[in-house]
Parts: sequence; C-alpha cells; structure tokens
Amino acid sequence: MKNISLGQFYPGSSIIHRLDPRMKLILALVYIVCSFLARNVISFGVLLLSSFVLIILSNIPMSLILRSVRPILFILAFTVIINIFWTSGETLLFEWKFIHIYLEGVMNAVFMVVRIFVLIVGTSLLLTYTTTPIALTDAIEQLFAPLKKIKVPVHEFAMMMTIALRFIPTLIDETDKIMSAQKARGADFTNGSLVKRAKALIPILIPLFVSAFRRADELATAMECRCYHGGEGRTRMNILHYSVKDFIWLFLVVAFAAGLVVINNIGIGYTM
Amino acid sequence: MDNNYFIKTESLCASYKEDDGRSVEVLKNINIGIKKGEYVAVLGHNGSGKSTFAKLLNMILTPDSGRIFIDGTDITREDMTEKEIYDIRRKIGMVFQNPDNQLVATIVEEDVAFGPENLGIPSDEIRRRVDEALATVGMTEYAGHEPHRLSGGQKQRVAIAGIIAMMPECMVFDESTAMLDPVGRKEVMDTIDMLNRERGITVINITHHMNEAVRADRVIVLNDGKVYMDGTPEEIFNEPYKLELAGLEVPQCTALIQELRRKGVALDGECTTPEKCAALLIKALGGRNNG
Repeated sequence: MKNISLGQFYPGSSIIHRLDPRMKLILALVYIVCSFLARNVISFGVLLLSSFVLIILSNIPMSLILRSVRPILFILAFTVIINIFWTSGETLLFEWKFIHIYLEGVMNAVFMVVRIFVLIVGTSLLLTYTTTPIALTDAIEQLFAPLKKIKVPVHEFAMMMTIALRFIPTLIDETDKIMSAQKARGADFTNGSLVKRAKALIPILIPLFVSAFRRADELATAMECRCYHGGEGRTRMNILHYSVKDFIWLFLVVAFAAGLVVINNIGIGYTM
Repeated sequence: MDNNYFIKTESLCASYKEDDGRSVEVLKNINIGIKKGEYVAVLGHNGSGKSTFAKLLNMILTPDSGRIFIDGTDITREDMTEKEIYDIRRKIGMVFQNPDNQLVATIVEEDVAFGPENLGIPSDEIRRRVDEALATVGMTEYAGHEPHRLSGGQKQRVAIAGIIAMMPECMVFDESTAMLDPVGRKEVMDTIDMLNRERGITVINITHHMNEAVRADRVIVLNDGKVYMDGTPEEIFNEPYKLELAGLEVPQCTALIQELRRKGVALDGECTTPEKCAALLIKALGGRNNG
C-alpha cells in the first residue's frame, strides 16, 4: 500500500511537464474550446493531429494514453450508435426495414468520436499526466486568487484539497488494517448477495469514520499550534512564475483555435 | 514577576468537560517555573493532567484560574491580541503523539514550510529556514518525498523540522514517541537531546517512558493533577516506592542497583542509565572487566 500514487501523474521532464501549472490550466481550457470549434473534415483532422503532437511532446507512452481512454469506450460506442442510426440526412448509404443509415450520420459519429478522444487526451495530457496534484492545487489557488475579493473561499478550498490529497493514502492504509481486523474476526466480504456484502461493509465504515474525525480533530489542533489562521497574511515558499515559453504556448494554442475557425470556412465535404 | 523563568505558572487550575457534561478537574493548583534552556521531562500515568498542561502553554486550552507567564508575558490576560497569541505559539512549538495527524502537506518540504508560511515570512527566507530545519533533523534527502512513504520516526522528525522552521524558543513534546518503534523512538529522542544541548532550545518532554525521562535535567512527576515530585532524575528515581504510588516504575537499571544495595552489595553513586549501571557494576566487581 506504500506505493499508491495519487492521480495519474507520470513523472518526466518534457516541455509540457515544465510548463507553469496555471498556464496548463488555461491551455487545457482553450484546448477544450478548440475541440468544439472544429466543424469539417479538415479541421477535425487537424485537431486529431494536434493531440498526437501533444502526446509526442509530453513523452508519455501510448499504452498509458489508451488506458485513460478505456473507461470511456462505452460512451464512445453509445455516441457512435446514436449518431449513425438517428441522424437523418440526404445521402442514404444503407436501408433495411426501419433502419436508415445516412452518410451524414456516419460522419457525425466519426466527428464525435474524434472530439471526445481529443477532449480526454488533451485535458489528461495537459493536466493530470504532466502535473502533480499539489501543483494543480497551487495553480487553482493562485489562478483564482482574484475571486477572494468577492468572498469566494479560494484558499480554504485549496487547503481542503491539499489535506484530502495528504490523507487519502493514510485512510486507504487504515481501511486495509480495519478490513484485516474484521476478517480475522470472521467477517466475509466476498460471498453472499449484494445486500449482504454491502452490510458487511458497515463494520469497516464506522471505525473508519470515527478515526477520520479523530484525525481531523488532532490535525486541526496541530495546525493551530503552527499558527494557521486562514489565508490572510499567509506567504508561500514556492511562488509560481510565468516564463516566456508559457506565453509562447498560449499564443500557439490561441492561434490554433483561430486557425480552426478559418479552416471551418473552407467548403469541403460535409460540415457538422 | 521573576524574570529568570521562561515559563512560570501560578496556582494554575484546569478542567475539561466529559461527554455527559460533567466537569473533571485535571490540574489543581500547579506552580512550576521552567528556565530558558532547561530540559524537563514531565511524567505521569494516564489522566494525570500532563497533556492538558502542555496544551495550556500555547493557548490551545484556557485555564479555569491561575496565571501562566511565558517569557514574562501573562498569557491568561483577557486582552491578548491575536498577534500575541500567534507569537506565543511560535515561541512554544508543539509536537504531538501521532505523526500522521500533524503533517498537512503532501510533500515533506512543503509541510516544513507550513508554519513559516502562516507567519507571513518572505519566500526566500522560508526556503532558507526549511533547508536548515531539514538538515537539523537529518531529513534533507527526503525533502521531495511524500510523508506517507516515510517511517514513523522519519515522519516525527519532519514534524519536528516543521516546528524548528518557526524558530521556537521552547519545544513541547506531547508523548511524541508513544506510537513509534524502538528505532524511531531513538531517532526522535536523539533529535530532542540535540535540540536542547546544541541549539539551546528549552525542551519539555511529556512522556511515560522512564528511560526517556532520565535523559532530562529535571523531572516533574504529575499525579492526580498536582506536582507530586520535582527534581533531578537521580533524586526522583531514588524513591521507587513514592513513584509506585503515582502508578510509575523506576527504570529497570535503577531498580536493579537498588535491589542489589538492599541485598547488601556495596554500590556507591546514583544510577539512571544502563551505561552508568554497567559502570557501577564493573566498579563493584573490582574492575575485572575493563573491555
């Protein structure tokens, strides 16, 4: 259990790893917009190409990328079926009894698959794979700091995230111990009906909750002893600094978005 | 006010509320003075009020009556400002029992930086302090590690570094070794000794391990909310029967020497550590074993 790693962070020192986490958040946002800007064959092609460029730049093995796509395979399949069978258009490709498949439907299905793939790959590459959870938390705190002026508890939210990240491994360890202890007392978590198995979890959850509250109490005391009094007047050891390359990336991605809009106007083939 | 004392309590009384609303008196009329740079062990069995005493010193708890002076400041006055409270908490660092429940950040050096960050110290100064604190406890090579991958003793040393980075004048260890294995306990005790001897930090070690208490310059035994004994480790452990009445036992080596003496073996001097015990026995055996 000591080797549990948080999130999907893949250690490395690629160009993308070294970007400022705040900029990566912004870039991810722009990239999501990009995936919705594409409308025709060429722009979707360019979009797909761009995500492969990102994969190469980030130095992350293809197998890992495919693993992150696996959980959404069902959604992809569902999208394909809906689009193929329920889109009506002008060019009929196939007809059998009540089933009508149009060219437009097939195109829509392909476009949607590309869009979802790019969404997942883009955000996970820019964020979860190349940024540590703690850097991401810092980025959120510093990027949204202006919201403090309108009383949004940005610091508190970031602190909660940090503590959650800190205690997830501790609580997993604890769950393991409690489970072993209950097994030693004859608890059975693997057999029986769903209801029975769910009931067997109660003797695990209750001690876990009690201990989590006790931990929270002790942690709060320890934090008070270390002069914690909220975000006010608090400084940071690591201050994030934007560098020139961050802005070059921003320029490139925004230019890419503009490029997509221009390509959309080339009247080639089917437009979504 | 006697300025020789760094910590001074005057007829200090404290109580806590049980779950059923009944109030239990845990400290009754405590008068203790602790000098700057002193190494004090506070002994007592469970419920003797030793943890409550610690938490009163940095205002996590407030007393029912009596006064506490820290460095000449009365911290029980009504008009303590928030800034003064944080200053007291900076001066008196506290390390608790469970190493897991006092580390806040997901990276060792970030956690050490937590205290100085709260004090609003500029970032380059925090960086300097964090590096220094980690070097002091010998955890520099783990600066980038995640706390949950460290051993208990290492976690506790990180917690100590987190306090050192705040530049305290006094450190209170509230049973900080109770959950550690023997290796971890030794690591932490050696660190505590070093902080007192080399850095001149006033140390208050609250414990129920006798062999930890003997490392101190002075031992205070609390029993039933009162100061029961107060003296050097030698003085305290010379009265095994009095200690037993407080639910405590003398260290095994001290007990051995006392038992031998009662049986008529001539042994001079006091003994609180295994090393001193061995030296005494060698002397009694005529120095035959010099190796």
